[in-house]
Amino acid sequence: MIDAATVRKCEDAAKRIRRHILDMTYKAGNAGAHLGGSLSMVELLACLYSGCIRFRPEEPDWNERDRVILSKGHAALALYPAMVEAGIIREEELDTFKKDGSRLGGHPSLNGLQGIEFASGSLGQGLSLGVGTCLALQRNNNSKPRVFVFLGDGECDEGSVWEAAASASHYGLDQLVAVVDMNAIQYDGYTNDILAMDPFESKWKDFGWETFMIDGHNTEEILRAYEHRGDKPLAILAQTIKGKGISFMENNWKYHNTSLNKERYEEALKELEAGI
Amino acid sequence: MIEYNRINIRTWSLLGPSGAHGVAAVELAESDPNVLMLTADLCFFSGLERFKAAFPDRLYNFGIAEQNMIGAAAGLAKEGFIPFANTYASFCTSRCADQVRVNMSYMKLPIKLIGLTAGYAAGALGATHMSVEDLALMRALPNITVISPADCTEVVKAMMAAAKTPDPTYIRLTGPMNTPIVYKEDYDYRIGRAVKLREGEDVCIIATGSMVYYAIQTAKQLEKDGISCTILNMHTIKPIDKEALLDANRRHKLLVTAEEHSVLGGLYGAVAEQLCREGNPKPILPLGIEDFFVHAGSYHYQMKESGLDVESMKQRIVEKLSHS
Repeated sequence: MIDAATVRKCEDAAKRIRRHILDMTYKAGNAGAHLGGSLSMVELLACLYSGCIRFRPEEPDWNERDRVILSKGHAALALYPAMVEAGIIREEELDTFKKDGSRLGGHPSLNGLQGIEFASGSLGQGLSLGVGTCLALQRNNNSKPRVFVFLGDGECDEGSVWEAAASASHYGLDQLVAVVDMNAIQYDGYTNDILAMDPFESKWKDFGWETFMIDGHNTEEILRAYEHRGDKPLAILAQTIKGKGISFMENNWKYHNTSLNKERYEEALKELEAGI
Repeated sequence: MIEYNRINIRTWSLLGPSGAHGVAAVELAESDPNVLMLTADLCFFSGLERFKAAFPDRLYNFGIAEQNMIGAAAGLAKEGFIPFANTYASFCTSRCADQVRVNMSYMKLPIKLIGLTAGYAAGALGATHMSVEDLALMRALPNITVISPADCTEVVKAMMAAAKTPDPTYIRLTGPMNTPIVYKEDYDYRIGRAVKLREGEDVCIIATGSMVYYAIQTAKQLEKDGISCTILNMHTIKPIDKEALLDANRRHKLLVTAEEHSVLGGLYGAVAEQLCREGNPKPILPLGIEDFFVHAGSYHYQMKESGLDVESMKQRIVEKLSHS
């Protein structure tokens, strides 16, 4: 059951994550960061890390932990502050984002940071990693953990995503959850203009998956979708807004990957504080 | 325990490299419960029929979807399994090169990648199924051990050794069915350690994979002309056996590399790079596939067209010696 306190907790976490995203991008200076596709994922990650994840920060290799795979690795900017919410990494470390020698690179990598299962960044590979991880859990009769793979909708242009989707249902991987951040914009423009994938939901169904189409900024809907566990792999298709939360970034492809000057940063902060 | 006796060695040779791979798979599965076999619709072709019958739940056939196979292998490896993933060498090294690069090289996940019919063993099917650049591709990637066994016995040995290391490993299988036998009896095999098969004074032929046998034949021919050859079986291309190379460089007038692979970036590349780095290299004659695609045809036709038959190799070595 989803209680009001959990919903509230996730919403509060989302606010802090957005604030961190702006701070981290500003502090990264000219290096900039993937703002748009990170802001669109804030609620999706907040609900996982503050709402329902099975993870023990004091025992990061716990065999029954949920495995999280950020296939759209460029949303690391949202992942790290979400991990702070779950006590997996320390808040101070966020200041090192994209700095020389930092563990917090622009894409997740295997550098000793707990809670990062795989390096990512090359799109289209995460769902196969999830398939292999689920096969391993299945072999070990380790049925409690779930494997959450976060993908972008643009990422689903990659054929390898669909190779993985077919194998997940072939092997009956009911522990696998694909969460697709459908912010409808990719590097070069609107996803439907670049490569139309509609009808998107029926594609997943046809590949043998159970699907939920949800509002990816509604914490209650997200938590309900995460809670569901059936006998098929689950695709949560989350309709989101790229750049969500900052009016001048919303649905603006210029904020896919960019830096923030002082003026823009302060303007964005003001909007966040006003609770837009 | 697997026995390296005459009967087994003979049988493995008849089965060919893929068949020997299947034999080793069964042996490995019996000794280590974490060993799994993965294929991309090549269960039969890769010699895994017996494995499938004996361990049906330890074989994963991903269909004709190589990229997904490597990704899934990475997931299994991360969770502690030892996945051996096979398909045609061309497909597992170039079609899903990015998956290999990210999962095996960057993340160092201990996948054991088996490249079937490397070189010209499937050459009748044309260039799509040949693989004469896989050593170059795999060598360029950090953290991957690259092995090219000399015969079927060495295929078995290499797989056994690869399963015991935590390193991501690529094993390229060369040579046709009825594979010529280099090793008639058991011997000491260690990854990264070249094996000296013959001792001579004039020329050192550094050979890998299928070419080890042909190098021995060539050396026998050269001996009739009074040219004596050392033969080094360089079964591990990376990490290359530096000591063996330096020793060969010191003792001989001419070094020859022999590989069923492009002369760009494979064994010749590895040897030349190492010796140039150390300084004072002797002349090196590269016997390999010059930068071209041979026409589809039989194995021996293609080897001859590429100058890798014994007669051509002998002539080129004699010619090179006469100029040096």
